[in-house]
Amino acid sequence: MIPLVPDIAHFLAGLLVLLSFVQLYQSRLPPLISIFAAQSLALATFVAWQAQIQHAPHLVITAGITLIFKVMIIPLALHGLIRSLKIHRTVETVVGIGPAMMTGMALVGLSMALMMRTSAAVDVVVREDIAFALSVVLLGLLMMVTRRNAVSQAIGFMSLENGLVLAGTGAKGMPLVVEISVAFSVLIAFIVVGIFIFRIRERFDTVDIAVLDRFRGERP
Amino acid sequence: MLVAVTLFGVALLLATACFAALAGARPWASAAVYGICALMSAIGLVCAGFGIGAPPSVISLPLGLPTIGMHFRIDALAAVFLAVVDLGGLVASLFAIGYGRRERDPQKVLPFYPAFLAGMNLVVIADDAFAFLLSWEFMSLMSWALVVSHGRIHENLRAGLVYILMASLGTLLLLPAFALLAGSAGQFAFSAMRAHGPNSTVALAVLSLALIGAGSKAGIFPLHAWLPLAHPAAPSHVSALMSGIMTKVAVYVFIRIAFDLVGPVDWRFGMAVIAVGGITALLGVLYALMQHDLKRLLAYHTVENIGIIFVGLGLALVFRADGMLAAAALAASAALFHVFNHSLFKSLLFFAAGAVQNATNTRDMDKLGGLIRVMPKTAIAFLIGAAAISALPPLNGFASEWMVFQAIFLSSNLPQWGLRLLTPSCGAVLALSAALAAACFVKAFGATFLGRPRSDEAKTAKETDKTSILAMYILVAICVFAGIAPFVFIALLAPAVNLLTAGAMQVHPLIPWQPLVPVAGSHNSYSGLVILVCLIAAIAATALFVHLFANRITRRSDIWDCGHPEDNPLTQYTAASLAQPIRRVFASVLFHARETVDMPAPGDTRAAHFCVTMRDPAWDKFYVPPAKLVGYLADRINPLQYLTIRRYLGIVFLTLVLLLMVLAIWE
Repeated sequence: MIPLVPDIAHFLAGLLVLLSFVQLYQSRLPPLISIFAAQSLALATFVAWQAQIQHAPHLVITAGITLIFKVMIIPLALHGLIRSLKIHRTVETVVGIGPAMMTGMALVGLSMALMMRTSAAVDVVVREDIAFALSVVLLGLLMMVTRRNAVSQAIGFMSLENGLVLAGTGAKGMPLVVEISVAFSVLIAFIVVGIFIFRIRERFDTVDIAVLDRFRGERP
Repeated sequence: MLVAVTLFGVALLLATACFAALAGARPWASAAVYGICALMSAIGLVCAGFGIGAPPSVISLPLGLPTIGMHFRIDALAAVFLAVVDLGGLVASLFAIGYGRRERDPQKVLPFYPAFLAGMNLVVIADDAFAFLLSWEFMSLMSWALVVSHGRIHENLRAGLVYILMASLGTLLLLPAFALLAGSAGQFAFSAMRAHGPNSTVALAVLSLALIGAGSKAGIFPLHAWLPLAHPAAPSHVSALMSGIMTKVAVYVFIRIAFDLVGPVDWRFGMAVIAVGGITALLGVLYALMQHDLKRLLAYHTVENIGIIFVGLGLALVFRADGMLAAAALAASAALFHVFNHSLFKSLLFFAAGAVQNATNTRDMDKLGGLIRVMPKTAIAFLIGAAAISALPPLNGFASEWMVFQAIFLSSNLPQWGLRLLTPSCGAVLALSAALAAACFVKAFGATFLGRPRSDEAKTAKETDKTSILAMYILVAICVFAGIAPFVFIALLAPAVNLLTAGAMQVHPLIPWQPLVPVAGSHNSYSGLVILVCLIAAIAATALFVHLFANRITRRSDIWDCGHPEDNPLTQYTAASLAQPIRRVFASVLFHARETVDMPAPGDTRAAHFCVTMRDPAWDKFYVPPAKLVGYLADRINPLQYLTIRRYLGIVFLTLVLLLMVLAIWE
């Protein structure tokens, strides 16, 4: 095989991690959604490329699902959502951008170290792909923890799911059924989160989830 | 083949349970269900009878966990306990055909009763850890459902709560015991566990877990607390099964693990078992003496008898560890024979207590009395059961306890000084508890059946129905037979004893006048038949003597008032009065018994009051502190319920990162 072929896959996986960091840095909502779309596009390209390498035609379907839902429908819907809610404003972060980025780097280091130890027998490139996937998952989770805005938490969740797809397709390919069900779960999560955001907005005039704590009566 | 037939019986029992769930409320359902249960138990009993001498019968079913399946096996040991379970099930079902007719909500009892029987059968024949634990939990749950079947009474619900907690604790401890036995290779079949025994540290851990886990079900001190609550709460035929049979299933589990699965056992563990058994026996009977509730008294006596069985098992373990195989065989035979005997007379006593409860609507002995006149058959059955459990010759209780004592006498040949000191003192404790048990049954029988009735219910009680009496007298017959011909049963136990200790007592099952000779002809021997003949001769001679030589001269004096000059039956000697001297000797320290007398001033016409308060040391020392600890921890953890969504996410995130870091650093 030409050495460039796995290198391209590797490059795309690295791009996903990089875009996760960009998400973590970005504090305004419209660009955040666009970055998520870009990350999903990178993922779709990666999966399509894997379909070529592994000669696994079902991965093309996975790539198609990713392209249609995560690159087009969900970002467009999210854009529409925030426009109708009139929240084109800065999102506030809790930890602060600097510490969040530092933590993110530490997490990437952790996933690298972990994969070096646990899968020493596996091919180097595949191993690093999985390390990247784990990094994307952890960064998505970090995003959910650090943000207070419900929209960016949803984006964090979907970015986490991108990491799962990356892990599944990077090595040998998940069965298609699992793939489709994961895709649908994300879609349903999106719908639920969308309705949730509308409802808390209607009720409290904000999408800051801190008001929920006040509403539960545990905080003055 | 045998095991297949047994499993078929179990399947039919389960089908009966489903049928009873659908048709339990119909008037004819009760007799039908109990009839089928009796039939299935009879089939199981026949299988057990064939299984005792036969080579192990094995079957594996493709049920349960994939790749493991479920294995079942009947070897000599399982056959003995299968016989105990199914004999108990047979007579309990017979008793219930009559007794169950007066059940108020049969649909709450009928579905669970066959399932409970099926569960006990399955535990005994299980041959891998998965099948075993599944059946064990099933048995616990079904018996729990029976305990809370009369849930309108608050006391029964509390009993159910304590029982389900203790049952869960037992399973929680047996689970790691089997996990340790299975080893890292995950060999869940008992045959694989037997093939490679664990090393000595692991073996000690397994044995301790098995002692506590199985002991909590059997009722060793201080894990007995649920027995006196749960056994009386259930309907009486179920009480008989729980107290007479289910505790023996727990003993079986301990024997299976300690004698069979772990391989050689250190003598120190055997010593611990002897000590635990001795303490359990003494405290069980002391608790029983303080009770005025007939069924609760019987439940505490189960604790005592479990103690005796564990002393026998502990002796067998130490003798085996020291290579004294004949002595080990004697101790193991004694323990297994006592298992069998206790299942008989405990069922008998619970049946009689159930008949009394049904006839009078009370279990309080201070409201009973004089029942021998209205329920003579029940009274005689209870009397024989009481004599058997008090270890009076020529009945079966004496034979097995005598064998335990013979094994204790052999302990002077043991090499370890600790054992030479402990075992005789344990023998003294057992002798004391046997005497106290006799005192306790004098109290129980006297207060319940003799004297004059202390309430209208006791006065107007009616004798119980014919099938119940039949069930009781079947047990009476076996008790008497096992007392005068114990060698028949010792010979039946021999293959199982051989399995446990690689030795067996030498008896010939077909010589009827043969005495039991545990060690050698020059040592002690016991023949129930000789004692029976002597007893009959002595009674006949006394009767004859009185008849011939008593003087017939008419004397005139005051009428003897039988010790209670007043007409009021409440002035009779009560159960509490009989127990008072023993209470003052033992219970003032042990149970903190305090007597308070509230005497009105002279001239005051109000009644005087005499009040005894007692505290349960097991409850105070072993149950209240853990309950307080759990309460304290729960209070500390409580704030976790009120975190924000982001904090929860943060906790998940931190836990994940922490676990990943452990994985990255771990060698």
